[in-house]
Amino acid sequence: MSLQFMITVTLNGLTLAALYFIVASGFSLIFGLMRTVNMAHGSLYMIGAYVGFAVFDSLYASNATADYAWYVGLLAGVAAAAVAGVVMQVVFLGWMQGQELRQALVTIGLSIIIADQLLAHFGGNPFQFFAPDALFGPTPVPVIGRYSTFRLFQIGLALAVGVGLWLLLNKTRLGIMVRAGVDDRQMLAACGVNVPLIAVATFALGAGLAGLGGVVGATAQPVALGVDVKFLLTSLVVVIVGGMGSIGGTAIGAILIGVAEQWGQALFPTYSVILTFAIMVAVLAVRPQGLLGRTGR
Amino acid sequence: MGGRLEIDDLHVNFGQAVILQGVTLSLDRAPLSLVGRNGMGKSTLCHAIMGMVAAQKGSVTLDGRPLLGLGPSRVARGGIALVPQGRRMFPSLSVHEHLLLVAGRTKGAWTVERVYETFPRLAERRRNGGNQLSGGEQQMLAISRALLMNPRIVIMDEPSEGLAPVIVDHLIETLRAIAAEGMGVLLVEQNMRVATSVSDQVAIMVTGQIAATMPARDLEADRDAQRRYLGVSHGH
Repeated sequence: MSLQFMITVTLNGLTLAALYFIVASGFSLIFGLMRTVNMAHGSLYMIGAYVGFAVFDSLYASNATADYAWYVGLLAGVAAAAVAGVVMQVVFLGWMQGQELRQALVTIGLSIIIADQLLAHFGGNPFQFFAPDALFGPTPVPVIGRYSTFRLFQIGLALAVGVGLWLLLNKTRLGIMVRAGVDDRQMLAACGVNVPLIAVATFALGAGLAGLGGVVGATAQPVALGVDVKFLLTSLVVVIVGGMGSIGGTAIGAILIGVAEQWGQALFPTYSVILTFAIMVAVLAVRPQGLLGRTGR
Repeated sequence: MGGRLEIDDLHVNFGQAVILQGVTLSLDRAPLSLVGRNGMGKSTLCHAIMGMVAAQKGSVTLDGRPLLGLGPSRVARGGIALVPQGRRMFPSLSVHEHLLLVAGRTKGAWTVERVYETFPRLAERRRNGGNQLSGGEQQMLAISRALLMNPRIVIMDEPSEGLAPVIVDHLIETLRAIAAEGMGVLLVEQNMRVATSVSDQVAIMVTGQIAATMPARDLEADRDAQRRYLGVSHGH
């Protein structure tokens, strides 16, 4: 096995991990504050990808707007997913706060409806964004020669999301409120904080991150119906491995799963799918709360 | 500062279990202590006033404004702050963040600076997590968290629980100073010494009702009443 091969596979793993982190951090954020297991998180990813692509496609068709089509599509995808998340929280989930099973069932129902609606409006053909010129093509990388610029950008974006979330949670008043809400929602309310409003803001942010992942993922690889299930499942595995509600844990979980998936495909393609779940089972056996998860309430 | 809290015929059930059966109590300028044995409904009364549990019947008003049904955040913004039983610190927040969470939202005498002046120990530990504090420090922080909301009424649910006697002395001084400033204080206590040193009036709660309200001095002198209502023999 050559060094080039090893670095390339690892880089592939890290870029996949970057995408997983962006999506799963939104899932983890929502779970952390509201204990909502949002089974429609993959649907929010798809809404981001589909709505973003619809906007991108119409702009890309014209020479005048093609240059910034991707960026506008990205914003549109994030906004569409965030709005969908706010609607979900306000209309369905907010008034069944604390009833986790009911919320899980409602979000499963929503995910089925959303998948059908996307099929009805956008059709079932796979599609892919074209990366903007600045992110298109290869970038020279030592040892392996060159590597996809967009995939490197993915890693940078995940780092930016991670740092941004850390700053938001640790350096802002909203972040203090979110963390206090994770600890004790009722006591936070008794401190005069409008907890449902914080919940809506958190849901918008978490859903927006799913939408961001949708556009980025659909630029790296073609997207078709069914990715919602894949990304929901991956988000679940990542946060279970890393620890529910912990951003640092989500990053570690995403790296573990992303890198393991790529190495698995490189070394034993037939059984690579099992590897992800083997990691999950191993973590659950040794640390049921996840690698960086906290025990207790 | 200060307000008139009126609780009238308040009923709270948890399913079949009747916890409060017609509590009537009022609190004005003077601090009031509420004593009673475990399980008599004292904490439930605190939670019902705050809107943290639903009441089936009755009313709670602050200066005539009804509070029932508003939910805890609007009750808190309406001028009632709770120092809950067991302190209920936020483990994820540092001491300073606990204060930032509530600071600055209301105008009033209490600011973060004043909290640190009043409780220098908290200033020393401002970077420590809420759960890394000693019981006494946690209680100071829980009280500061309530004071920073600059409430008209502060409800304290067993603040002396689990504290060493010398810390309890400090607590008594703090509570008296808060009351002397004109903030309304409803003090729920099992510790007779704390209750009677902070307030002149004591209300006694027995199985979800106020059995009697009497001067603290009288209850202190009446061993028989203490035994009957509180199940304490002496010197507790």
